Amino acid sequence: MNGGKPVTVRKAKIRRDLRRPRLFFFLGLTAVLLLATIFADKLAPYDPYLQNYEISFQPPSAEHLMGTDRYGRDLFSRVLVGAQTSIFSTLALVGIISVFGTVVGVSCGYFGGRLDSIAMRVSDVCLAFPGLVFALAVAALLNGGIVNAVIALAVISWPKYARVARSQTLAQKDSPYIQAALLAGGTPAQVIVRHILPNILGPVLVTAMLDIGTMMMELAGLSFLNLGAQAPTAEWGNMMSAGRSMLQIYPWVVLSPGLAIFITVAVFNLLGDTVRDYIDPKNSRVK
Amino acid sequence: MKNYVVRRLLQLIPILLAITFLSFGMMRLAGSDTVQQKMENTGSSAPQEVIDAARAELGLDKPFLTQYFAWLGNLLRGDMGRSYVSGREVFPYFVSKLPATLLLTAASILLTVVISIPLGVLAAVKQNSAADYLIRVCSFVGNSMPNFFVALLLMYLFAIRLDWFPVIANGTGLQSVVLPAVTLAIAMSAKYLRQVRAAILDELSKDYVTGARARGVKFSVTMWRSVFKASLVTILTLLTLSTGSLLGGTAIVESIFMWDGVGKMAVDAIHMRDYPVIQAYVMWMAIIYVLVNLVTDLSYRVLDPRIRLGGMEP
Repeated sequence: MNGGKPVTVRKAKIRRDLRRPRLFFFLGLTAVLLLATIFADKLAPYDPYLQNYEISFQPPSAEHLMGTDRYGRDLFSRVLVGAQTSIFSTLALVGIISVFGTVVGVSCGYFGGRLDSIAMRVSDVCLAFPGLVFALAVAALLNGGIVNAVIALAVISWPKYARVARSQTLAQKDSPYIQAALLAGGTPAQVIVRHILPNILGPVLVTAMLDIGTMMMELAGLSFLNLGAQAPTAEWGNMMSAGRSMLQIYPWVVLSPGLAIFITVAVFNLLGDTVRDYIDPKNSRVK
Repeated sequence: MKNYVVRRLLQLIPILLAITFLSFGMMRLAGSDTVQQKMENTGSSAPQEVIDAARAELGLDKPFLTQYFAWLGNLLRGDMGRSYVSGREVFPYFVSKLPATLLLTAASILLTVVISIPLGVLAAVKQNSAADYLIRVCSFVGNSMPNFFVALLLMYLFAIRLDWFPVIANGTGLQSVVLPAVTLAIAMSAKYLRQVRAAILDELSKDYVTGARARGVKFSVTMWRSVFKASLVTILTLLTLSTGSLLGGTAIVESIFMWDGVGKMAVDAIHMRDYPVIQAYVMWMAIIYVLVNLVTDLSYRVLDPRIRLGGMEP
C-alpha cells in the first residue's frame, strides 16, 4: 500500500525503526500530561476556587498566565484542576465502554446463538441514533452531572467495541489453534482468556486509543450544554460555557479552556495514531 | 433489485419500532406525566382523586404496553402531544423548525464536499509531498477541536473582530448561515478528507493503474476516468455515514449561533425539561438518520454494477 512507489528493504527498515522513537515520544508526552493532571493541585499557582472581585477579568500576564475570570479566579489554576475532571472522566468512560463492549462482543462471537442475535439487535438500535442526539436525551433524563454524562455517552458508545471484538473473535474462533486448544481439554473460558483475548486485544486497544479524543470532545460538549459537570466545579466544557457571553470583551476566558481541550485531544490523537501504526502496520498507510 | 428494496423496507420495521419504543420508554422513565406537569405549571394542588381522574381520562393508568400502542397510534396520525412549556402541539412545532436545520445541514454538506473531495484527491495524488503534509496537518487540527470551540473561535474572529457576519443569526438568511455551516463543515471535512485520501490511495495502488501507466495512458485520464469513478461509491458512503455526527453536532452549533432549528429547540427543551419536545427530537433524528442510511445502501447498488449485477451482498 504505497501508492505504487517501490520501497527498498532498507527504506522499509528505516521506517520501521523510526516508529518506535515516535511511539516513545508520544507516550512521554501523554505521561507528562497525565502527571500534570494528577498533581494539578500542587502545580496550580493559586486556589482555583478562590474568588477575588478586585482582580476580575484580568488579561493574561506573568502573574496570571491565562488571566482571570468573572470572579477573579486564576484561569491557569482552573484549567489545570479542570483537567482532572475532563481527562479522568474521559479515561473512565473509555475504560468502561471498551471493557463492557469487549465482553459482550467476545461472548457473542464465541457462543453465537440467541445471545448473539439479541445483543447485536440492541447494538443496531443504539447505532440507529445519530451521534450525540441520544446522549443529549439520556443526559437530559438523568439531570446533568459529570457521572450522568459519562453514563449517557457509555450507553451509546459501547456497540462500537462489541462490533470490533465480535468480528475479531469470529475470525479467530475457527482457526486450528483454537480447535487444538479445545481438543486438548481447554474449557471455553480458558480458551477465551488464554487464546482469543490476547489475539483480539490489538484492534480493541487501537479503537480505544483513537476514541479518547472523540469522547473527550463529546463529554466537554455535554458539559458545554450544562448537561455534564455542574457550575462551581472546574471543567473545560463548562468553563467555556460560562465564558461564552463574555467572548466579545474577555476572550481569554473562553480561549484558555478551549486551547486546553485542543492540546489534550491532539496529544491523545497523536498517541492513538502512533499506536495504530505500531500494532497494525498494514493499515498505517491507508487511513 | 426490487426484492432487495422490499427486504430492506421490511427490515426497517423492527428498527423503527425499537426507536419509537425507546423514545416512549425514556419519556416514561422521566417519571413525570402531563397531569403532574400541568399541576406544577399552574402551581395548584388538587386532591388525589382529581389527579387520578385526569390520569384515567388520558389513559395514563393503563399498563405500559397499552399506553405505548395508544401513543404509537397517535403518532401515526401526527399527534405527538403538547409541549409542557408552551402548550403547543409538538409535531407541527417540530416540523416548523425542521427547514432551518435542513438548510444548515445541506449547506455544511455542500461545503464539506467542496472542501474535502478536491483536497483529498490532491493529497492522495501528491502523496508525501508538502501539500499532502499541509492538508493532513489541517485535517488533524480540525479533528482535535470540538465543534463548540471552532464555533466560538469563528464567532470571535469573523463576527466580533472583523464584523463580517452577525454574531446572532437574524432569521435564516444567507449571511447568518455562513458561520454555523462553516463550523459544521470544518469538523466534518477534517474526518472526511482523510477518508477520501485513503479511498483514492487504495484505488491508486491497484494493478490496473500500473498497467495503464505501462501502456502510456495519461495519468489524468486514468485518475478521472477510472480511479475517481471507482472510488466514488466509497466516497459517497462515507459522506452519508458522517451525517450521523452532523445531525448530533447541529444541536450545539445551532444553540451557539442562535440558529432557529430543531437542534436549538432540543437544547432549549432540555433546559426546561420539556420532555415531549425532547422525545420528538430524538425520535425524528433517529428516523431521519436510518432513512439516510437506507438511501445510501440503495444508491450503492445503483452506482456499483458489481453489486447490482452480481447479486453479491455488500
